[in-house]
Amino acid sequence: MPAIQSPATEEIHPDVALVERAKAGDTAAFEQLVRQYERQIFRVAQHITQNREDAEDITQDAFLKAYEKLDQFQGNSKFSTWLVRIAVNESLMRLRKRKTSKTVSMDQDVQTDEGSIPRDFAEWRPNPEQQYNQAELADILRKTIQGLPPGFRSVFTLRDVENLSTEETAEALGLSVPAVKSRLLRARLQLRERLSRYFRKKQEDQPA
Amino acid sequence: MNCTDLLSHLSDYFDEQLSPRLLDEIRTHTAGCQHCKVVLDTTHQTIEVYKGNEIYEVSDELRERLHTAIMSKCLAKK
Ligand SMILES: [Zn+2]
Repeated sequence: MPAIQSPATEEIHPDVALVERAKAGDTAAFEQLVRQYERQIFRVAQHITQNREDAEDITQDAFLKAYEKLDQFQGNSKFSTWLVRIAVNESLMRLRKRKTSKTVSMDQDVQTDEGSIPRDFAEWRPNPEQQYNQAELADILRKTIQGLPPGFRSVFTLRDVENLSTEETAEALGLSVPAVKSRLLRARLQLRERLSRYFRKKQEDQPA
Repeated sequence: MNCTDLLSHLSDYFDEQLSPRLLDEIRTHTAGCQHCKVVLDTTHQTIEVYKGNEIYEVSDELRERLHTAIMSKCLAKK
């Protein structure tokens, strides 16, 4: 059985009260929201831009923008989803600026099925944590996710790394739910395929 | 269910969005198809390994720096 669970439907999210207070000018309430989400926003920006300095700038800009636009936050979505959406947009803008000759969008390279069709059917034994130490593993995971097109990388990051729901991911990225599902499937399959090169069971009978 | 059908249900399988009937069909298929069994297992491991390892560590030092910068920018706008 898969161990992944979607969060249960909650009643009133504790952020709602904090946002209300922040809107009324309570900076301590806003600071608490910053504390809650600054790490997540940084990771999202780092995942999308693959650049640490950019991610730092984006994190600051995203919170500043949220602070300035707090009145526009309607509460139809979670505050965190709204914040992630701002950070995603800032990140994509940053990518566009960096690659001046190339347009970067959520749609880039996602039309192709390349790499999404399973070819490697070896089991992963022993499991990845047993094959590599933590630093090596982090390095492999980083390199592998970097190879995904931004449109896949963003979906996978929000859904599987940051644990947003499918609906929240759709909202944060400005995509439809079916589009998120289809990209997520292909992102997972492409990562699986690439990781297999590192984690596949070695064939003992093969000459070294 | 054939291998292509299974693949199309894979994400819903991991997100626990499948009906008991489809879940049953998947179990029956993977019991007889080693390729799909491996794809299912290793895709599950893919998701788990990313969930279980923080690949962009946010150190306390970085976090403090970020926090201070964010708050001073925001308060300057007040
Ligand atoms: Zn099969």
